[in-house]
Amino acid sequence: MAASVEASLEKKHVGNKKRPPKRYWDVTDEAGKADEKKQKEDHEQTTKQNDQKTKKRNKRRNRPGGKHVISGKSDPFPGSAPIPKDKLDKFKRGEKGILPSRPQYKLRDVVARSEAATELAQKQNARYDLLLPEDAGFLEGDEDEDTCTISQDDIADAVDITSGSKYFNLSLSQFGPYRLDYSKNGRHLLLGGRRGHVSCLDWQSKQLMCEMNVMETVNDVKWLHTEAMFAVAQKKWLYIYDNRGIELHCIRRFNDVLRMQFLPYHFLLATASATGFLQYLDVSVGQEVAAICTKAGRLDVMAQNSHNAVIHLGHANGTVTLWSPNQKEPLAKMLCHQGGVRSIAVDKTGTYMVTSGMDKKLKVYDIRSYKPLQSYFLPTGASCLALSQRGLLSAATGDIVQVYRDVWSTPVTKPYMAHRTKGTVWGTHFCPFEDVLGIGHGEGFTSMVVPGAGEPNFDGLDANPYCSAKQRQEWEVKALLEKIQPELISLDPGQLSQVDRSTWEQRHQDKVQALGFDPLAKEKFTPRLKTKGRSSSGKVEKRKKQVAHEDQRDVIRQTVEDRMKIAKERKEKEKKLAAAASQKTALDRFRK
Amino acid sequence: MCASGGRTFNFRRTNTYTHSDLTTMKVKVLSRNPDDYVRETKFDIQRVPRNYDPALHPFEVTREYTRALNATKLERVFAKPFLASLDGHRDGVNCMAKHPKSLSTILSGSCDGELKVWNLTKHECVRTFQAHEGFVRGMVVRFCGSSIFTIGDDKTIKQWKMETPANGEEEEPLNTILGKSVFTSIDHHYKDPVFVTSGQQIDIWDEQRTSPIRSFSWGVDSISCVRFNPVETELLASCASDRSIVLYDMREAAPLKKVIMTMRSNSLCWNPMVAYHFTSCNEDYNLYTYDMRYLDKPIAVHMDHVSAVLDVDYSPTGQEFVSASFDKTIRIFPKESSHSREVYHTKRMQHVICIKWSSDNKYILSGSDEMNIRLWKANASEKLGMMAPREKAAANYNQKLKEKFQHHPQIRRIARHRHLPKVIYSQRNEIRIMKEARGRKERNVRKHAKPGTMPLVTEKEKHVVAVVN
Repeated sequence: MAASVEASLEKKHVGNKKRPPKRYWDVTDEAGKADEKKQKEDHEQTTKQNDQKTKKRNKRRNRPGGKHVISGKSDPFPGSAPIPKDKLDKFKRGEKGILPSRPQYKLRDVVARSEAATELAQKQNARYDLLLPEDAGFLEGDEDEDTCTISQDDIADAVDITSGSKYFNLSLSQFGPYRLDYSKNGRHLLLGGRRGHVSCLDWQSKQLMCEMNVMETVNDVKWLHTEAMFAVAQKKWLYIYDNRGIELHCIRRFNDVLRMQFLPYHFLLATASATGFLQYLDVSVGQEVAAICTKAGRLDVMAQNSHNAVIHLGHANGTVTLWSPNQKEPLAKMLCHQGGVRSIAVDKTGTYMVTSGMDKKLKVYDIRSYKPLQSYFLPTGASCLALSQRGLLSAATGDIVQVYRDVWSTPVTKPYMAHRTKGTVWGTHFCPFEDVLGIGHGEGFTSMVVPGAGEPNFDGLDANPYCSAKQRQEWEVKALLEKIQPELISLDPGQLSQVDRSTWEQRHQDKVQALGFDPLAKEKFTPRLKTKGRSSSGKVEKRKKQVAHEDQRDVIRQTVEDRMKIAKERKEKEKKLAAAASQKTALDRFRK
Repeated sequence: MCASGGRTFNFRRTNTYTHSDLTTMKVKVLSRNPDDYVRETKFDIQRVPRNYDPALHPFEVTREYTRALNATKLERVFAKPFLASLDGHRDGVNCMAKHPKSLSTILSGSCDGELKVWNLTKHECVRTFQAHEGFVRGMVVRFCGSSIFTIGDDKTIKQWKMETPANGEEEEPLNTILGKSVFTSIDHHYKDPVFVTSGQQIDIWDEQRTSPIRSFSWGVDSISCVRFNPVETELLASCASDRSIVLYDMREAAPLKKVIMTMRSNSLCWNPMVAYHFTSCNEDYNLYTYDMRYLDKPIAVHMDHVSAVLDVDYSPTGQEFVSASFDKTIRIFPKESSHSREVYHTKRMQHVICIKWSSDNKYILSGSDEMNIRLWKANASEKLGMMAPREKAAANYNQKLKEKFQHHPQIRRIARHRHLPKVIYSQRNEIRIMKEARGRKERNVRKHAKPGTMPLVTEKEKHVVAVVN
């Protein structure tokens, strides 16, 4: 903006006529013409001004199709405001349907109506998107300066107090290293120290909700659907606590759990255990939905694809497997690394998967086609990967956390940001709807400010950081009512809206069942038993062959006949067309 | 001060900062003002900022499916169609009539000759009088709503005033016409002071005269039902005991044409929105919708009843009709569908003789043998009364969802499920078995017959014997 101001300053000279700024509606032809006319008029002398004005007025009035406005001026914004194409594409839901060529008027009408409604919704959504109040954060250095050299203290000093207070350290050296989790709306933080320290807090107001020591090893912690309950994977069993630290359940069916993921729309808690079991717990009814033996040893690498609720597991042999609760076998198996997989992260749209392995590589995959996109080499390898809502990737190498931007599109050479923590990093998690990365490490917890990480505009009906108690209760009831059944988890979440095209065999089978017999069945020829040595096996074979030949001849005859018929029809048609072309009508005499 | 963002309010939160190495950086961190997201006072409504980005709303289809499933289940939970029973008749209800001008008024005539006028909002009888000796065979309200015409087994046509007589006054008919034979059905012209009766022949009467202005007959002695067309008001249709449906034009001298079916039709009703469509209810458990221009094949055969169908009435939108049957149920059919979308029954309802669909498209009235008139909702799960705007929006949304996912097997199963009395359930199965057996036999015969000698006859063609012009 500053640049544009300067440019305009430079351009301004005494002799030049000032042109009005370029507007989007100028691109239309009519407007362009009007502009030219205006310029012409400017060149002419002002003596005839009055005359011209009346002429112009008349012209305007007589213009075809123009709206007559009382002031006499034409509308400078004709039609509805155009919508940028990228915004429209953002809200596009699939391609338009292709109608059959038959004139099914009713169907055509239905399709046309529904498509009009869809288009209207798309346009309205795109228009609404322009009005969203917040913009995403960013960090820009000087031309020759790397943004990764900017320290957190500098950022905290530069920004306003509220944002500055989002960079803080919790020094908890006794019970670390720490795992952490943010609640769905990003208001609450859950910390779990390896040596039994569990605490949850409202991290923005720094208000402690509960703190306790479970006197056992804590492997992982996870919020459930609201900030009222969380799950802790302890040494032996899985425990559920409420936000005051009261133990609600001890689930003994889930033992030796190392990692957990919560699928918020399915109300499923997926756990991966040291014994190689992947288990699903329905937290709304408390039932185990599925227990799958992965037969892949200790499972300590886990991620969820939030686009289709598929669980990704990383294994010691370098493979990543994809799981749904409906299948005992993995949905897909990818060999990603030489050596074990250390960490996995999947992006919000379910398009990209980032993995890091013992071979010190960081790889990016397109998980719709299972193809590798980028491969990076990190000198020390990355241990904890996390992806933010806007696609920033954080990778921990020892005690340094690096944040990368755009890892999948262009090969990245430098990190976007970096931060050194006091201890070895044990868990990272981007806070939803905030520019914050939470880091759990050996010496406690660090909240790091990463500008541009969080989605700036939240949806109040989905995850609202500012919701009141009443709103949260209402949301909980609604969410429970539309809990998606675990049977609906599959690789393509939109599969339910597609047409189930049955195969020919299936349709044929249905037909057979409805009719009671197979209309296409052909009776097998069984040669009659004849006496006096005429039913010797050779003779029988000969007779069978004769019949088969006869059948074949029938088929051939039929196809030849059909072909002849088609050729004849075509010829007749051509003849008719030629006759029609040669025939003259009474009106042809007027044709030039 | 400068910012790379274009909008002014970014300036506040974008800061330029000179840090230790004397280089500048531009930084902006998400920092929301809670005042923009929280209501000011507790008397305001809560603020709900929306963002319709599809990436923030995963599992769109599956969530909608779940909502549709819930909506379908709730529809079945709330399906309580029975509203009220109007009792007071001392014999079976034989006929009913709607008031053309008043939604809350309905008239009914019973088998003991009594006529009652009902107020539907209060569910009470407002007037009772003895109209005939013997059955009240039929009645109709004049198009202006000022008087009632009734016919009875005493061979009379009587015209009554709509207003209740003043205190102490006797119930006296305005006119009484003594006919030669028993009348079976009556209908009034929709515009002119002309009405029509059926009996041994079709008689067209002027209101001012005591003898018919003209009569039609086409070789039958007993016509059970006659109806004026509400759109093409000069057209008439009747069904007779010789299994025929005859069409007449009042402007012509002779009947137009007739179609003879395999069994006799009991009653018929014109579609109020499509002038040339009518539906007849038949003794063979089916209803037939005809286009009066092409009588050789009905447009649709509506099957589901397990006994003779006695009466039929169209909804004012012309999209659906309701039928009353001897099997003690009433069913609602979409006009083109061969199966009903709804069946109503109660433990106490006996053979349903007459049925009416109210003019506001919301209610159905059925008169049955056991002296009661029942009031039903036309849409079983509809909520009656005023709805708040949000409630209405939710109902519309649910309706659309149900439509969108109606073909999914689980949703279809729930939406189609209806409880039937055991008798009807078993009878329906029996009928299905009989039909299958007949089809099987026909198929077998065809299989062993000379090709071409047994043409395939569709269900629609099967029931039409002949069309006479």
